[in-house]
Amino acid sequence: MLHRQHRKHLLTQTTDKELVTQAQAGDYQAFELLVSRHERPLYAAAWHLTHNHHDAQDVIQNAFLSAMEHLASFRQDASFSTWVTRIAVNFALKILRSRRQHPTVSLDAGDEDGQVVPVPQYIADWKNDPAQTVQRRELRAILDDAVSQLPEGQRLVFVLRDVQGLSVRETAQVLDLTEGNVKVRLLRARLALREMLTKRFGDPATRQQPHVHDHASLAGKPLAAGLREPSAEDET
Amino acid sequence: MKCQELLKVLNEYVEGDIDPAVCQELEKHLAGCNPCKVVIDNIRKTISLYKNDQVYELPADFKQRLHKALQDKWKKQGKPPSDKPSGQES
Repeated sequence: MLHRQHRKHLLTQTTDKELVTQAQAGDYQAFELLVSRHERPLYAAAWHLTHNHHDAQDVIQNAFLSAMEHLASFRQDASFSTWVTRIAVNFALKILRSRRQHPTVSLDAGDEDGQVVPVPQYIADWKNDPAQTVQRRELRAILDDAVSQLPEGQRLVFVLRDVQGLSVRETAQVLDLTEGNVKVRLLRARLALREMLTKRFGDPATRQQPHVHDHASLAGKPLAAGLREPSAEDET
Repeated sequence: MKCQELLKVLNEYVEGDIDPAVCQELEKHLAGCNPCKVVIDNIRKTISLYKNDQVYELPADFKQRLHKALQDKWKKQGKPPSDKPSGQES
């Protein structure tokens, strides 16, 4: 038992890359630790994508089973996290497609990547820390509802980057997008969520109007030196 | 820097991954623009809420089922566990 606990302790200090190598050599405990490390954020991501607990659980279970099945051929060109997330996203998209009975779900649909960044409308300080003042269940419902209102392409990017904690680069790899495209969608998603949550948590007494002097002539206005406008390349 | 220009580099700013010259320009703008200051604070709080570890937990019964299913498949694949899964040591 001591040996087992000591080994477990050693494994917890091992990198994902080393754990994958050990699992590929037949070490189940290494594989299980990989699952334990990634199951929670992956579940949160799956839940936000499917908005259904059973579907989210199916996504996670299928993703890890599939990862196990293909472990031998995983060459670690990407991180384990990126690889298993890509598998999970594919399962989630399959579920979304079957729900809508659409042959495909386009990641480029709608005006998600429009050039003009939406201007914040409802600007107010938040009353208090929502996690302290709202019941956990209620807070979760509010957060879920807000994410569910994002266009799908933005939702995918936001969930992978801000819920699951992937880097911009990893998010781009998982979704087959450019990093520029991920940044544009992330910005729009964060601004949209801020708008929705400020309507919920903002203190009306502190509400301020946007600075209209700048906003009236936004579109097409050149940026200050050193700033980069999202390019057309980012939008494809 | 104008408000809309600030929005375009907002991600980089809240992630602390911004060009120092642009950052200086942005902070100069913030010193005189309270709405932008509030928007940045709102954005930080929004991200932090979604990153909160406590909000999304894996249901305990599902976690158990998941690990059982993985262990069963590992055995079936002909790669028997090298050890008992964690939490089941005797």
